[in-house]
Parts: sequence; structure tokens; C-alpha cells
Amino acid sequence: MGLLRPLVLSLALLIFGALGQVPAARAQHGGDDPVAAIAAASGFDELARAIDRLAVSGHPQALAVVEALRAGTLGVRAADRALLWRDGEGRFRDAATGAMVEGINPREVRPIRVNNRVRRSLDAALGALQLTSPDPRIRLAAAERVFRARDPEAIPALEAQIARETDPRIRRVMEGARAAAVLASDRDVAAKVEAVATIRNRYDLDARGLLASVRDQPPEVMDAAAAAIRAIDRHLALVHAAQDVVFGLSLGSVLLLAAIGLAITFGVMGVINMAHGEMVMIGAYTTFVVQDWIRDSAPQLFDISLFIALPLAFCVAALAGVVIERTIIRFLYGRPLETLLATFGLSLILQQAVRVLFGPNNREVGNPSWMSGSIELFELTLTRNRVAIILFGFAVFFALLLVIRRSRFGLEMRAVTQNRRMAGSMGIRTPWVDSLTFALGSGVAGLAGVALSQIDNVSPNLGQGYIIDSFMVVVFGGVGNLWGTLVAAYTLGIINKLLEPFAGAVLGKIAVLVLLVLFIQVKPRGLFPLKGRAVEA
Amino acid sequence: MLRALIGDRAVVAVAGFVLAGAIVIAFANQALPPTHDLHASIFAVGLIGKYLCFALLALAIDLVWGYAGILSLGHGVFWGLGGYAMGMHLMRLIGPRGVYGHPVLPDFMVFLNWTELPWYWRGFDQVWFALLMVVLVPSVFAFVFGWLAFRSRVSGVYLSIITQALTYATMLAFFRNDMGFGGNNGLTDFRELFGFSLRDDGMRVGLMLASALAVVLGLALCRLMVASRFGKVLIAVRDAESRVRFLGYRPEAYKLAALVVSAALAGIAGALYVPQVGIINPSEFAPTFSIEAVIWVAVGGRGTLAGAVVGAVLVNALKSWFTTAMPDLWLFALGGLFILVTLLMPKGVLGLISSLPAAFLRRGVIAAHPA
Repeated sequence: MGLLRPLVLSLALLIFGALGQVPAARAQHGGDDPVAAIAAASGFDELARAIDRLAVSGHPQALAVVEALRAGTLGVRAADRALLWRDGEGRFRDAATGAMVEGINPREVRPIRVNNRVRRSLDAALGALQLTSPDPRIRLAAAERVFRARDPEAIPALEAQIARETDPRIRRVMEGARAAAVLASDRDVAAKVEAVATIRNRYDLDARGLLASVRDQPPEVMDAAAAAIRAIDRHLALVHAAQDVVFGLSLGSVLLLAAIGLAITFGVMGVINMAHGEMVMIGAYTTFVVQDWIRDSAPQLFDISLFIALPLAFCVAALAGVVIERTIIRFLYGRPLETLLATFGLSLILQQAVRVLFGPNNREVGNPSWMSGSIELFELTLTRNRVAIILFGFAVFFALLLVIRRSRFGLEMRAVTQNRRMAGSMGIRTPWVDSLTFALGSGVAGLAGVALSQIDNVSPNLGQGYIIDSFMVVVFGGVGNLWGTLVAAYTLGIINKLLEPFAGAVLGKIAVLVLLVLFIQVKPRGLFPLKGRAVEA
Repeated sequence: MLRALIGDRAVVAVAGFVLAGAIVIAFANQALPPTHDLHASIFAVGLIGKYLCFALLALAIDLVWGYAGILSLGHGVFWGLGGYAMGMHLMRLIGPRGVYGHPVLPDFMVFLNWTELPWYWRGFDQVWFALLMVVLVPSVFAFVFGWLAFRSRVSGVYLSIITQALTYATMLAFFRNDMGFGGNNGLTDFRELFGFSLRDDGMRVGLMLASALAVVLGLALCRLMVASRFGKVLIAVRDAESRVRFLGYRPEAYKLAALVVSAALAGIAGALYVPQVGIINPSEFAPTFSIEAVIWVAVGGRGTLAGAVVGAVLVNALKSWFTTAMPDLWLFALGGLFILVTLLMPKGVLGLISSLPAAFLRRGVIAAHPA
């Protein structure tokens, strides 16, 4: 089977070539052969008519001839009136067959001149020929061109191709193009109203622009166009809203990733870790180091660099977390304000350390090939890295939930959170659990760093930009509640993106912060507060 | 009242030192010839003036943090608002001497093709109005914020985080050109104040002396507040808010009053700062600046008033020295300061000094202070 197809194709080509050869041989007098008719044409009008005929002839070389004529490389050999054109490399080719012709003196070939009348015919012919091109992309582009040009003369070619077209998407575009051409033609009102409906079904800005430019038509057509514009506007508003929600989800996942480690250290342990953002930064720089090493020594691994970086970033950040907990935070339990200040100092030190080690500028972290590009979902365009981050955010969240709900360590962690002394009496080594919990929170921040390195600048200030947002998410969701963090992150993300079109990015952010401050008036313990009887916070 | 004023020896000593130091520096700049060994350069005068403004800001923070238990990470807002109010006055005083020569509009508005002065810029050409706004704008802002926050009993770290978000949001807002405050360039290119050129040495010495006076008056005001009945309740709120409430007081009112006074002090500090450095821009609202100001208080000694002034001058002198001698190491030093002070010196420098004699006398361990 694999061999058969090329065989059949080449056979067909041979036959076609032979068929083309025969008429070309007796082309001297014009007759039925459209290519020969061009060579024989005297005067621009005759040439234009010959081009029109060539366009609908289905001649295999028609496109090449039209393009050569447009480019001014088509000529007639004085001796035998044979039609020749020069390709990109300057070699002569026979117009009828496309075969290379050797030994031609360029002086013998007289170029065919064109005027505007001929050029119009050429453009129309080109459009029609491209509509029938075997390459679907060329067909699509040609149909879009007709849609914009609204050339009634393209209608027959379009209709012929619509009947043949196998790709439903291209057929829809062609139908739209035909409708646009009909609208510009002098057909009757019913056909035009129908055309308006067809154009409306594109539901995009091009269709809206086309309908808005409809002039001097019967009132029925104008009314239909106005109604169609309203329908398109409604549809576009819906699409934009959906797009904003998706952007919001994407922003929400970024917030979730940045905040979820904090939900553990702040939410579960009650430790204010202002250096949390720097744990994210450490994760991002780990990614940079991994990619740097891969670029130098194993470029073939680049596509899986993130998967190498993930466990490493988790370990590096978790290790940093353990060190921080053992050397600083351990001494400050029960003194949240002091913890805040000490960890802020720590964040300054970590930032400066990275600045000294890696330099103050942004470092280059690349996207693996599977993360670049975008996918189309219905009418929404989603970049792959955003989709990957949304998925990754969910994955990290549920993995964490699993650890806390189902593992032995999670059980001990919850026990220590709820009643430290009782847990200690039961034989749980509470300081050990504290260290591990802090390490877990920091490690998750490191994971977030790997993800954020894909969409943000990897610089010493990376973490700083997220710390306030992260705290807001945790406070909004309710301290000590992972589900609250999830809901809060996505809510804030979506509100932010929905506000942006009205208020602009900066004002939208300010509005969200102000809304949050007001929200805390109503529910000081967040969306999902932990139930308890404590008098003092 | 007088007894309350002189009741704290550390406060009296620091106030006296500030006043004496400022006068000596002023004398050394104005009266001694530049060739004299003890001549103070105008650069030194400006530096001391800056430190004193920071000291007043630290004092404002100490009042709420040290005595009401409110750790504000957003005092830069009040400081910046006071500074902008002063900056707007200085901008209006430039008049037609700007680059574009517009009789009323500041340069950046002409540059943005604005044709009219926004309503909130009106009145700032009057000194009394500008000075009123320096106090009023931060106070009202603090009142609204505090009323909202304290009413719903937001306290502790939650309050700290919200104040930080507040200063962050304010910074973002002031970065916008549409706000009418010069965007990220802020307000600068000032000429004169009270009819004196800001480039004049005498004027700069005068501003430094005014800052010193403001610090001394601020110390007196805070001392009177904390030594009064009001201050006693405030300290009680700090240590056991619920108990105070159960005794029939309204902690919100006390906290709110302390916050408003503190905001006004911070506003005045910002207003004194702006003419001395010649610029105000949104970076004053950066969360880092506010939290740095908190560490001045922690270094000096929280809840001592005098410590705030000492800490602000100490840390900023250290910063000046580091950033010229070894700029790369400054952030390490500052970060280390945060950690060391919170871990090892919870009472700050002042606590260390006051505990030294006792430690020598008793040769024992320093008693743990209640948080």
C-alpha cells in the first residue's frame, strides 16, 4: 500500500504530462488549448479573455502560467511562438508542461506585456485557481481573499469548488466568501438576505466589518444586516467573557501555585513566612540551573528539562525550608509578628544572595517545545503553557490534599495543628513534624517556581511580586483550609481578569485589593473559616 | 503634665540630644568657615535632616506598634500622602518657571496635554491649605481604614498583611499617569518654600532644624499620650484586648485614636522629608520601605519612643555607610539585622543598654520581658 500511492501518482502525472504535450505541439493556431491561446493572443482584450478561459480550464499548468504572467516572467519564443517562463533560478520552463527547456537564448524570448485590464483578469484567475489548489491552506487563504474582495465574478468558481470541497471548515469559509460576493452582486433581495445570514454565521470581526459596510441595498437587506450585526456583537461579547474567564482561571492557577505552599506554612502552622516568595524564586532558579546544564551537556533532554527540574526544585526548596525552620522560625513560634520581621529579613538576604550569584538581570529559562504554541478550543485560543499551568496547579493541589488527608505524616501534621500537647503526649515528635511541615510548604513553593519560570521573568525579584497576592489568597480563602485556598485563588483570578477590560490592569488590581479589605470586614476569617472556640486570634 | 513629660529619662535624653545635635550641626555649617576642621558640609546637614524625618516616622510607628500592638506594614502610605501634599504645594509654587512655562499647570500635566488643573490640586498654592492637608489627608485615610479594620476586629498578622496590601495598592495607583500625581516620575524640580529657595544653604539648615523640632515635639506628644490614662488603656489593649473589652472599654476607639495620631505624625515626617530631598515619587509607597521603617523601631527598642528615634538614626547611618563602602553587602546586613534583632534583641538597643547595669549588678540572667 505504502508504495502504491506514489506509483499511481507518478503514473497519473506521466499521463497528464503527455496529454499536456499533445495539445502544446499543435498550439500554433490557438484552438482549444488555453495555454496556446495566450501565446496566440493579439491585443490585451484577447489576452484577458484567454486568461479567463485558462482559469476555468483545469489545465495543470494554469496556476504556474498565471503566476508567471503576473510576475512578468512569461514570454514567447520568436522562432516557434512557444510559451516559456523563467523560474526562480532563471531557468526556462515550457508553459504547457512545466518541463525544463535547455539551451535557450534569453534574447529570443519576448516577454508578454500586460495592462490593468489584463491584471484584473489575472487576479481573478489567480483567486479562482488557488480555490482549486490541492493545498488546503492555499484554498483557505484564497477563499478568505475572495471574502474580503467581494468579487461577484468569483461566484461561479466558488460554487464549483464548494460542490467539490471535502474540508468542512474550508467549505464554510467558501460559503461565506460566496455570500460576500453575492451581497456585492446584483442578485435579487432573497439571495442577498440569505447571504447576510451566511455571513453572520461566521460570527467574527471580519463578518461584522463586512456587514457594517453594506450600503445602498434594499431595506430588507439593510435590516437583515443590522440584525446580524447585533447577533454577532452578542456572540462576540460572550466569547470575550469566556476568554476572560479562561484567562482568569490561568491567573488563578498561578495564584494557587504561589499561595498553596503558604496555605500550609501560614494556614496550618500559623507561621508568617515572608520569605515564601523566595522559595518560589529558588525553584525558578533551580529550573534555570537544570536547563543551563542541559544546554551544555545534554541538549536532547531539553524537552524533559522541566520534569528533571521538578523534583530537584522541590528538594532544594524543602531543604532551604528545613534550614530556615531549624535556625530561625523554631525560636519564634507563638510570636507571629516577630516571625514576620525575621523572615522578611531572610527574604532580603536570599534575594541579595541570588543577585550576587546569578546577577541582577533576568535569566533565560526556555519553554520546552511541547509547551509552546497554542490550542483552539471552540472559539477560544489557549496558549499551551497556560493550559499546562492550569493542569499543574490542580495536580499539585490534589497531591497535597492526598498527602494531608491520607498519609501518616499528614495525620501527624493535623494532630499537631489541632492540639500540640496532646499530639506530643501520643508520641508524635512535634518539632520533627514542624520541620517537615515547613519543608513541605517550602517544597511546594519550589514546585510553583518551576511553573512560574515558564511564564514570568526569572529574576531575583520574582518572589516579591507574588508574596502579597499569596497572602491575600490565603486570608481570603480562610486560614487553615486548603479548599478555601483553591476557591480563593480562582475567584481572585477570575474577578481580576473580568475587571481588567473595564478598569485596566492596574486599577483592576487595586479594585481587587480594596474589595478584599472590604470583604474582610464582613468575614474576618475568610471564606471558609475553621470552626473553633478561641477568643483570641 | 510636666512630670509625665520628664518621667521617661530615655525620652528626655534623646530629645535633648536631638535638639542639641541639630543646633550644633547648624552652627558648624553656618558659623564656621568651610576650611575649619569642624565645619559641617551641606551634605551632612541634608543627611541629618533626612535621618530626623525617618526618626519621626519611626516614632509614629512605635506609637501604634509599641503601645497599641498594631504592626502596621503600611505606614509608608501616611508618610507618602503627607509628602505628596507638600510636593503638590511645592509644585504649585514653581508657577511659570517650569520647563514649559505654563502659568498654572505643572510640567508633567502640560506634557500629558492636560488643559486644566484637576480639582484636587486646587488650593495647594496656599501654604495654610497645604499644611492642613499634610495632616488631614493621612489622618482621614487612617481613620477610614482603621474604623473599617478595628470595627470588624481584624488584628494581629491579618492587619499587618492588609496594611501591606494597602500600601502596595497605593503604590500601583500613584504609578498611573492618570492619577495626576506625575506617575512614576513623581513630583520634583521644586524651587522654593515660604519664599526661600530650596537650594539655599540657610533654607536647608532651617529645614533640618525644623525636622529636629518636629521630632522633639513628636516625642513630647507621644510621651504625653502614653503616660496618660489613655495610654494606660492603650497598653492594656495591646496586652489583652479581650480583657479590656470585657471590662467595658471600647478597644477600637483607643486603637483608632492612636492610629490617627500616628498617621498625622507620619504625614508631617513625609512633608518635612520632601523639600529636603527634592523629590517625591511612588517608591515611597513601596512595601519594602514601610517594613524597613518597622525594623528601625525594632532595632531601637519597641515601645520605648526614644528607641524609635535612636533606631531610625542608627540604621540609616549604617545604611549610608554601607551603601558607599560596600553596596553589595547592605541588603545582607539589613536582612541580618531583621533576624538578629527579632531573635536576640527583642527589646532593641535601648533594652540592651538599660539591662546592662542590672546584669552587671546582679550578675544574673536578664529577666524575660513579656511580649
